Amino acid sequence: MDEIASLLEPLIPGLRRYAWALLRDGEAADDLVQDTLERAISRWNQRRDGDLRAWLFTIQRNLFINSLRQRKVRGTPVGEEVLNDVQSPDMSPEGHAGLRDVLKGLEALPEEQRSILLLVGVEDLSYEQAAQVLGVPLGTVMSRLSRARARLRDFMEHGRGAALRRVK
Amino acid sequence: MTGERPIGEDDLQAFVDGRLSASQRESVRAYLADHPAAATQVEREIEQRDALRARLAFKAQEPIPSRLRVANLLAARRRTPLIRPAAFAAALAWLVIGGGLGAWGGIWWSARAYRQADAMTVADNAIAAHRIYVSERLHPVEVPGDQEAHLVQWLSRRVGKPLTAPNLNAQGYRLIGGRLLPDSGEAAALFMYENAGGSRLTLYARSRENESETSFRFEEQDGVSACSWIDNGLSYVVTAKADRAQLLPIAEAIYKQLEAAGDPAKSRL
Repeated sequence: MDEIASLLEPLIPGLRRYAWALLRDGEAADDLVQDTLERAISRWNQRRDGDLRAWLFTIQRNLFINSLRQRKVRGTPVGEEVLNDVQSPDMSPEGHAGLRDVLKGLEALPEEQRSILLLVGVEDLSYEQAAQVLGVPLGTVMSRLSRARARLRDFMEHGRGAALRRVK
Repeated sequence: MTGERPIGEDDLQAFVDGRLSASQRESVRAYLADHPAAATQVEREIEQRDALRARLAFKAQEPIPSRLRVANLLAARRRTPLIRPAAFAAALAWLVIGGGLGAWGGIWWSARAYRQADAMTVADNAIAAHRIYVSERLHPVEVPGDQEAHLVQWLSRRVGKPLTAPNLNAQGYRLIGGRLLPDSGEAAALFMYENAGGSRLTLYARSRENESETSFRFEEQDGVSACSWIDNGLSYVVTAKADRAQLLPIAEAIYKQLEAAGDPAKSRL
């Protein structure tokens, strides 16, 4: 039991960061991390030899994607268009424009591109680990990474793909 | 750089990530010196990678909340063996990788799914409060609508967030007052409105820890409809004996007013 804690605990900050970057909501992110940890604990014995970190990120991302899909079976969104003019929550004052924009840019990417930028660029997963988490071959990781960065760059420079719902 | 393989996009990515050996790094540097466009691209990508790391660093530095401590999770597991097997089974069923949902919708919806349970509680409480107090003839409210300023100030203080009682004259409803309610150990505010026909509508509001936004959630329970959303750190639920088509425009009107009230610059416009 102590072994589980000593192996898992050092990885929690990274899981929380990845979850928050995906969800942008502190409570929801910690719910996701909690689900991830509970699942990891319950399947601890089925853990294949290999990378614990990649395994945890895999679980977390799969749970996240699962939650995306649940939108299809859960309630129907209504009146969403009234939120068109929602102000984006302002980042803290210390977040100068560049830092704020990079999260906006991230939001503008599809999930698989967001995930690769986060897993490789922020969580420092190796390309092999990222391939495992995303369930794709190494070559796909590289091309996806390249595309994701190109798109983010494009967004940051031209604001294209800036189709965030902010019609004013 | 004679005799070496040409530099490709993968090398540039690995360069951005700092994952090349010293000699590979030198090769890429030499290549970039001759290819200014690629050099600019790489420079930007490194900047953006660093910016992203910097922006997200705070989250990994936060202390781990107690509910995520492994010891607590293990203890909870011992108390209730096999937590939520159904949820795990459902998760397993969806292990398919994919996704392709729009990023923005994805963020919203996934946050929603994870908060659904909580949101339901708030909506349930709001609907329960609606049922109890709307049918009350003698004392539907604690503070009547003619003391609106006092009412709003009092409820704002108790709820811990600045509240506004939206003006629904355009929708045919006038404020008849409000009251304070308990909700999961916290204070919640209930504003009540009435139209010329005597139909009543309630707006329920309680504070949410994290500032977040969700889209509207609609539900109907035994003829009572509720529309809920979260905005600016407050959870709102509008409830009325009405159908969806009648309730939605009212909820939208309320949403817009609250939005304007929450942003002083906008409300001056």
